[in-house]
Amino acid sequence: MKTQSLKLGLFAAVLSMVIAGCSSTSTSSGTETGSTTLPGDGVATGTVDNAGVGGSLSGDDLSSIADTVFYFDFDKAILKPESRAALRLHAQNLKANPRAIRLEGHADERGTREYNMALGERRANAVREFLMLEGVNGASLEVISYGEESPAAQGSDEASYALNRRVEMK
Amino acid sequence: MLSPLLASAELTIEITQGADNPTRIGVPPTGGERLQEDISAIVSADLERSGLFRPVPRRDMLSFPSRPKDIYYRDWSILGTEYLVVSRAERQGSGYEVSFSLLEVHSRREVFARTVNGPANKVRDMAHHISDRVYEAITGIRGAFSTRILYVTAMNGSPKTTVYRLMVSDADGARERLLLESRHPIMSPGWSPDGKQVVYVSFETGRPAIFMQDLATAKRQQLTNFRGLNGAPALSPDGRQLALVLSKDGNPEIYTLDLASRRFTRLTRHFAIDTEPNWTPDGKALVFTSDRGGSPQIYKLTVATGKVERVTFQGSYNARPRLAPDGRTLVMVHRDNGRFHIASQDLINGDLRVLTQTRLDESPTVAPNGAMLMYATKQGTRGVLAAVSLDAGVKFFLPARQGDVREPAWSPFPD
Repeated sequence: MKTQSLKLGLFAAVLSMVIAGCSSTSTSSGTETGSTTLPGDGVATGTVDNAGVGGSLSGDDLSSIADTVFYFDFDKAILKPESRAALRLHAQNLKANPRAIRLEGHADERGTREYNMALGERRANAVREFLMLEGVNGASLEVISYGEESPAAQGSDEASYALNRRVEMK
Repeated sequence: MLSPLLASAELTIEITQGADNPTRIGVPPTGGERLQEDISAIVSADLERSGLFRPVPRRDMLSFPSRPKDIYYRDWSILGTEYLVVSRAERQGSGYEVSFSLLEVHSRREVFARTVNGPANKVRDMAHHISDRVYEAITGIRGAFSTRILYVTAMNGSPKTTVYRLMVSDADGARERLLLESRHPIMSPGWSPDGKQVVYVSFETGRPAIFMQDLATAKRQQLTNFRGLNGAPALSPDGRQLALVLSKDGNPEIYTLDLASRRFTRLTRHFAIDTEPNWTPDGKALVFTSDRGGSPQIYKLTVATGKVERVTFQGSYNARPRLAPDGRTLVMVHRDNGRFHIASQDLINGDLRVLTQTRLDESPTVAPNGAMLMYATKQGTRGVLAAVSLDAGVKFFLPARQGDVREPAWSPFPD
């Protein structure tokens, strides 16, 4: 695995933290502080992409075919009947007009963050597997989980949670 | 717009519960040279935040001794003061030398007399050093006031405009510094065992990827770029191995990455979710979360043999384990009556104890002295950091003035 520097869509302003060396003291105190300096050392800074990465993969509008957001029950990754109906329409379209698809899986805020990353992936995989069963080429379907990191609704209530347990097709 | 500097969510402390019988301690103002920072106030706040001390308010003090010979003990015994910390700063070159003494009021005994030196811009560090010495002399436990915390903040509401920042500050929330700023999520920050590097997950490439960043130089490297999950990085106690989660083989599995050889080794083989690895202090085993039993529970994996054993049995949701430095106390997120709290479990006798009563508690991280843990919780719709002692006797919040704060990671000791 080689080390890579940043390439894509980096919106990062990194300040180098200069930790000055410890002052030696008669009591061997490990005092140290950080002071900020401007970025310097090979770190990408301040380049911008405006939107999230999704949405820029293709010009055509998936939402004209059918719903592109599929919702799930708590701690579940089982497709609902309305999701299956919409995904069948997408599958027909994708077989006729192949293109790269991103399936972004999400969870609500309950539970731990990395576990929710796994849960978001499980949901996105459920959508991917369904599309493959309907004949779509799996190589064109990329799964990305955002866990609970990118909620659609900000509230800490069941209505918000229901909107956040989702897979977005882009 | 993004401000490149440090104007963001400065943390402030709000103590909600102290120990039952905190030790009354007097920390009169530092004498001698006038300094940019108020050493005695910082020491006083440090000791108070531990919950084990109740400092005498400055306005109640009858005298301000800064040397042992200036102490009039009756001024302090009348206030019920058990210990006294006096300090005095002298100029030394371009910096300062601070002499400080701890005294027992009742016996009029000097517990110790020490000095600490440093440049003018390190007065806060000198103050935390004094707090560490006082705390250790009285409690027998090493102080952790000179440590730092890493955390993630998210500013603004909508997904398209949220700005994520990886921050580091002193353990008391002071001197907040920006490490990384991004329009894409940042998560799962952690420290190297020497406290000089941090690891985290960033979505800046459009996918989750693990990065390692040097604090002194801000140089960083991307360690993983696999399909699927690249998450939950945790450096081993010797700093040579990174435990992590990858789903490139179809579902989340725990791997190690040898940082020198860049070789990945797969440790778990199960169709369930395996995630959130954390090393035991001896580096020989990992605790992790798995739903292989039908619900998320904590398991322990011995690296040499690959043997996996289940650790938690109480409750239907136990996740994100972290071990205290003694290797015996496990802390985790535990669902109790539908609510998520932080719980500890004694790995020898199995006793489970719920430590918090706040809401949506997650991401526990234990101080390197094992006395307190910090975690993330919600106040209204806002994420804030909170802390609780491992005996649940002391509680405080570190609410940020703005934005959402999450995923604290307590640093190792600074040396």
